[in-house]
Amino acid sequence: MSFINYSAREINTKVVYYGPGLCGKTTNLQYIFNATNEGARGKMISLATETERTLFFDFLPLNLGQIRGFNTRFHLYTVPGQVFYDASRKLILKGVDGIVFVADSQRERFDANIESIENMFDNLREQGIDPKSVPYVIQYNKRDLPNAVPVQELRAALNKDNVPDFEACAQSGEGVFETLKGIAKLVLQKLREGAAG
Amino acid sequence: MHEPQLVMYEEEFHKINSILERLVRESNSKSIFLVDRNGQLIAHTGDTEHIDSTALASLTAGNIAATGGLAKLLGENEFTVLFHEGERDNIHISLVHRKVILVLIFDERSSLGLVRLRVKKAGDELARIFDGLLQKAEQGVGAGADSPFAEITDDDIDNLFRD
Repeated sequence: MSFINYSAREINTKVVYYGPGLCGKTTNLQYIFNATNEGARGKMISLATETERTLFFDFLPLNLGQIRGFNTRFHLYTVPGQVFYDASRKLILKGVDGIVFVADSQRERFDANIESIENMFDNLREQGIDPKSVPYVIQYNKRDLPNAVPVQELRAALNKDNVPDFEACAQSGEGVFETLKGIAKLVLQKLREGAAG
Repeated sequence: MHEPQLVMYEEEFHKINSILERLVRESNSKSIFLVDRNGQLIAHTGDTEHIDSTALASLTAGNIAATGGLAKLLGENEFTVLFHEGERDNIHISLVHRKVILVLIFDERSSLGLVRLRVKKAGDELARIFDGLLQKAEQGVGAGADSPFAEITDDDIDNLFRD
């Protein structure tokens, strides 16, 4: 849930990167961290296991600049992707303003993507959040791999709501900022709707 | 969404700050942070310069969320106080009104007993302010024409990404 601070002239929002294990959520955040100058971002926090698998979450605060005199800050979070961390995933969805679903394009992860996006909708509902009320985008990651499923096939399986979707290779950074921009737009548009309503 | 948006106004912000400033003195603590349950920093006071307050806010909210998950496993509603003891500094985290998180950092110049006592009183005062803010949010104050976001254009949004 976004937080508007009239006193500090700040707007803070929370964006969560969701997706199956090893799909590249943390890699997205790492790329954003490395490609953003220091003034526009805070420290990246990773609560990971010894083998660098996300245990609880990664966190990266970003300052996107000003809109109408208000500093626009996005707090990016990832969830742990592994199936058995479901309890943690639910917690991180609390107060979410926008979601990036990161799909792993590899053929052998096709079913894992479907399971994960269904799990995302279930967990939102469990938090009392209507999935239709939360803006989200989809990123088809790892497009550079030889075993990548054609985008049309992924789209048919995952993008039933016809939300904005992006092809990416988070390792090289391709599509990472396009995805971020896509979700930021939706979140800000939603704020505008809320203000108008 | 069911949860109303948290909006902070000048008046309430000053009231909160003065409560925190008094609390930092009366509890002999080093610094105080007020964080919302989603990890957004609301206010801070005391010696906070050397602490990454954004990261602290996110981690305390994660901490409270994880502890809340544990509470539910045990059939408890919530654990409202967390205390972490370090070699030099200690951290006292409490949930105010199930809505905001009050974080005090203190060393040997204070004590857990004193901190608990002072936090309880300040917590009640903070709860009243947040009740008021919640009411305002429900009545839709700050929404509509007052909101800085009512008139943002797609260009405004695009400009954010122009490097």
